[in-house]
Amino acid sequence: MTRGLEKVTGAAPAFTDPLPPTPSRKGRGRHFIVRYLRRNLSLAVGIILLSLLALFIVIGNLTVDTELARPLSVRALQPPSWDHPFGTDRQGRDLLAAMVAGTPLTLKIGFIAGFLGVGIGTLLAFVAGYYRGMTDTVIRGIADIGLTVPGLLVLIVIAVSVRGGLTVNEMAIIVASLAWLNPTRTIRAQVLTLRERGYVEVARLNGMSGPDIILREMMPNLLPYLAATLVSSVSAAILASIGLEVLGLGPLESPTLGMTLYWINFNAAILNGWWWWWVAPIVIILMVFLGLFFLTVGLDEIANPRLRQSV
Amino acid sequence: MQLAYIARRFGVFLLIVWLAATLNFFLPKLSGQDPVRTKLLQSAQLGGYVHAGLEDMVKEYDRRFGLDRPLWRQYLTYLGATARLDFNYSIANYPRTVGEMIAEAVPWTVGLLGTTTLLSFAIGTLLGALLAWPGAPRWMRWLMPPLWALHAIPFFLLGLILMYLLAFQVQLLPIFGGYTAGAIPSLSFGFLWDVVSHALLPAMSIVLVATGGWALAMRGMMVTTMGEDYVTFADAKGLKSATIFLRYCLRNAILPQTTALALALGQILSGAVLVEVIFGYPGIGALLFQAIQENDFFLIQGIVFTVIVALGLATLILDVVYPWLDPRISYRRAD
Repeated sequence: MTRGLEKVTGAAPAFTDPLPPTPSRKGRGRHFIVRYLRRNLSLAVGIILLSLLALFIVIGNLTVDTELARPLSVRALQPPSWDHPFGTDRQGRDLLAAMVAGTPLTLKIGFIAGFLGVGIGTLLAFVAGYYRGMTDTVIRGIADIGLTVPGLLVLIVIAVSVRGGLTVNEMAIIVASLAWLNPTRTIRAQVLTLRERGYVEVARLNGMSGPDIILREMMPNLLPYLAATLVSSVSAAILASIGLEVLGLGPLESPTLGMTLYWINFNAAILNGWWWWWVAPIVIILMVFLGLFFLTVGLDEIANPRLRQSV
Repeated sequence: MQLAYIARRFGVFLLIVWLAATLNFFLPKLSGQDPVRTKLLQSAQLGGYVHAGLEDMVKEYDRRFGLDRPLWRQYLTYLGATARLDFNYSIANYPRTVGEMIAEAVPWTVGLLGTTTLLSFAIGTLLGALLAWPGAPRWMRWLMPPLWALHAIPFFLLGLILMYLLAFQVQLLPIFGGYTAGAIPSLSFGFLWDVVSHALLPAMSIVLVATGGWALAMRGMMVTTMGEDYVTFADAKGLKSATIFLRYCLRNAILPQTTALALALGQILSGAVLVEVIFGYPGIGALLFQAIQENDFFLIQGIVFTVIVALGLATLILDVVYPWLDPRISYRRAD
């Protein structure tokens, strides 16, 4: 049994050995990346899925007329055909155009909210985790309490309060208002362990100032972890925005993925057998979430090799 | 020690309740929107003309809801009313009170969410423990990729897919609602089956996704626990494999899992709201959707407050039970 345990807990070759024995210097970088991706399959899957999505958006924006994503621009409820590869919806949108125009909007909401969330979260986490004391108690308390509250409901109250036609950017800000809670909590925990490391201690004894230690000593070590947190925050933000949109609180004029889902639900597209209406948005949303998820897992593996799923 | 811990936790709960009420009160004020006026104006416009007495009507409403008094008085009145669980009348369904409408929806959500959460937690935890266990059957390894993939999908998205496959294509299960329209709620076997079969699809979309999450988290914890010295020691002592698995590994690995459950309740509920909306399941989520569609501000506030308090209570209970599960906790002050 003990042998079995070893197999699971980490007898796999450590990837921290950065230079695989390659004879030629030329192409070693590329070779290394490919080899590493082969070992870190989640990272590879995540990158592939998101690249496909990016390709779809770029090629789509170059070849498809996104004006057709407006209502009443094509014949309503046409199944996929040569003219409308994804079909058209009940309001007379070309669904391919709606996807090409809407996917970047949804991603934009996610990125703005995710970046804001991780940015604010990192700042608070360092202030709380490094300086401790009263500030720490307060920040930690707020984050802990905030996380037990169902975020979507709070977002709903906010969105309803500022109603009157949200724009995509306003959506992003609203989602960001809660997006910092989780990063604050998880990064703070990291800061706490990092703070006790020897090299931080040495820096402190050398008379380095707090901000200097945070920026030059701790930050670089946390970068992979921050990257993983960022990706999962983006994913959470997209999920929250889609949630608000499905409830009818999104930007009604924009063809974001969540709004498309709202119209699908509103018109009971599944019950009516209009399968082409929901297949495209669902496939794209699946790609977004799966891509971001596997990217997070992959980055986590870089950030914390001990977590490695080596089965 | 124990008592101090419970008292502290109860204090946090009261804080959550107060924060929720305060949020409910001040957020709408910040936007400067007057829900009653908006609603009345809206319905007047729908009627095709604006009532001459609209201003008077709004004044009358303001007086009744105490909206003409200074802010701090309103706030105190609001807190008082909220403490009595009095959420006012529903704006869109006037003679009905918000409390009444919520009370009708709560059993559906509690039934659906309670069952699915417990089920997914139990299955997921056990599955995760087995996934990390070297002695588990080999075929279990094949479960990992689908679990991972499912875990990354939002509940309602899987719900849409299941709805199409099982209710539209195969027509195995009913597609919409809490029970067949027109059926008379009674305690007969037929009606119960009707309710259960309507709940199956929403429940499946929650359980399938949530199980993956619990399994993955548990697997991670198990791997860490199995690396502990006491496990190696137990192995060296020659204890039975099953004993080591259940009493040494599982017993310890389940602790963080329970903490995670308390933290995840809010997320699970957020997801379940959308599942209810998709399936038209007559719980809190669908009611919330209806309230948003009808711009029924008081109903939205009432629901949000009720849910936050209910979840706060659930976390409180979990936290109070937790020291019993992990005796070390009651002596450890919050770090």
